[in-house]
Amino acid sequence: MESFAYRAVVMGTSAGGMQALKTILPALPESFPLPIAIVQHMQESADDFLAEYLNGISPLTVKEAEDKEPFSPGTVYLAPAGYHLLIEADQTFSLSVDVRENYCCPAIDALFESAAEVFGEALIGVVLTGANGDGSHGLKTIKARGGFAIVQNPVTAESDYMPAAALAATPVDRVGDLEQIASLLVHCSEVSEKNIYG
Amino acid sequence: MMLMAARENDTENMEIDMLLAGIRRRYGYDFTNYAQASLKRRLTRAREKANLPHFTALLDHLFHDERYFDEFLRQMSVTVTEMFRDPLFYKAAREKVVPVLKTFPFAKIWHAGCATGEEVYSMAMLLQEEGFLDRARIYATDFNKHSLDAAEKGIYALKNIKDAAENYRTAGGAHDFADHVSTSYEFIKFKDALKERITFSYHNLVTDGVFGEMNLICCRNVLIYFDKTLQNHVLSTFTQSLRHGGFLCLGNKETLNYTAVRGLFEPVDAKQRIYRKIG
Repeated sequence: MESFAYRAVVMGTSAGGMQALKTILPALPESFPLPIAIVQHMQESADDFLAEYLNGISPLTVKEAEDKEPFSPGTVYLAPAGYHLLIEADQTFSLSVDVRENYCCPAIDALFESAAEVFGEALIGVVLTGANGDGSHGLKTIKARGGFAIVQNPVTAESDYMPAAALAATPVDRVGDLEQIASLLVHCSEVSEKNIYG
Repeated sequence: MMLMAARENDTENMEIDMLLAGIRRRYGYDFTNYAQASLKRRLTRAREKANLPHFTALLDHLFHDERYFDEFLRQMSVTVTEMFRDPLFYKAAREKVVPVLKTFPFAKIWHAGCATGEEVYSMAMLLQEEGFLDRARIYATDFNKHSLDAAEKGIYALKNIKDAAENYRTAGGAHDFADHVSTSYEFIKFKDALKERITFSYHNLVTDGVFGEMNLICCRNVLIYFDKTLQNHVLSTFTQSLRHGGFLCLGNKETLNYTAVRGLFEPVDAKQRIYRKIG
């Protein structure tokens, strides 16, 4: 069995995402060792209120990602409204104001696919509640590159379309409710070998 | 064992290297130091649109069809822009930059990477309302001739500027957006008083050099497409093109923090990414 640790987490969500992130992020301890990047769909004119709010209720630092900022552990990075968020080979962020993907900017697929290329099997991808199919293609790419895929249970998700679309697009490793996802992430971050199934 | 997807990806990256080298040698456009992740997405979009299976096929097509290269170049530089994008930036520029410009008899402004011109006209409107436009010369440059043509015409589809009037008000607009344009059924056209103060010209930030003795350089959401090496190169060009005390305005999520010139500038409005040259 290959021996390696997970090195990063990417998450994507849309409708209902604020409530979902309010549940997951405060449940992650300050010592959580993996950097997290999140795309939450929102109005392109939105300010950084969401990051500030989540930062106030989470042990981890939550902030909007800036161009060329290093993707560092101990921090949760949110895609700024109106920008696609991508990860470069040197594990820094780059932003773009390219055309919308899946009617969205930021698009979950852009983050997931660029992260999959950088982290391969050391990446955990999470698709949460949402009313749009964005993220399905990205999660499929993460799986194709050997990463670990988690999808929120569509039955208990505030909006089931996005998690259901992800499940239809690719086999995944875990389906869970929000509280389970938080503890699963902590568990994944603690294992040094890929023995999540053990 | 290497995953098949990883192997395919390595081959693809090799093809992209060849594609970029081919474009550089054939047409002189150098995309080598673009931010790789967003560049790859754009190239993939172009390849899919051309209905080609591989990047080597795209290279073949580009190499032998100059007209297609024109279209490709357009696709490579399509960005989402609008009048008064980030209205609070324009409000900050009005309140913190324009009063300083007014202390000079004349000011030169460089709008680098102006694309189709929406933000250039926004700045010209602002300067006119502040009574400074007749003492200013705006140089608007881009590496895409089609974008420059569109910018120079100053004609925009009404449906594409639906948020313009609202952005204009949030930006601290002192009059009525409609005062600056003539409107027909489906289009708006900026008035000549604005256009007369703008010089549109070709300039490639990657290969062309220093540009004048500027009081203000606006380069918003262009540097995000470059890697750190190219960002530093372009920022060095900007530093040399600015007068001492001149202003540099970046996009809302761009920062000098991770660049080689950070010590040469001080923030004037950190949130709106307005800097002043001190070095």
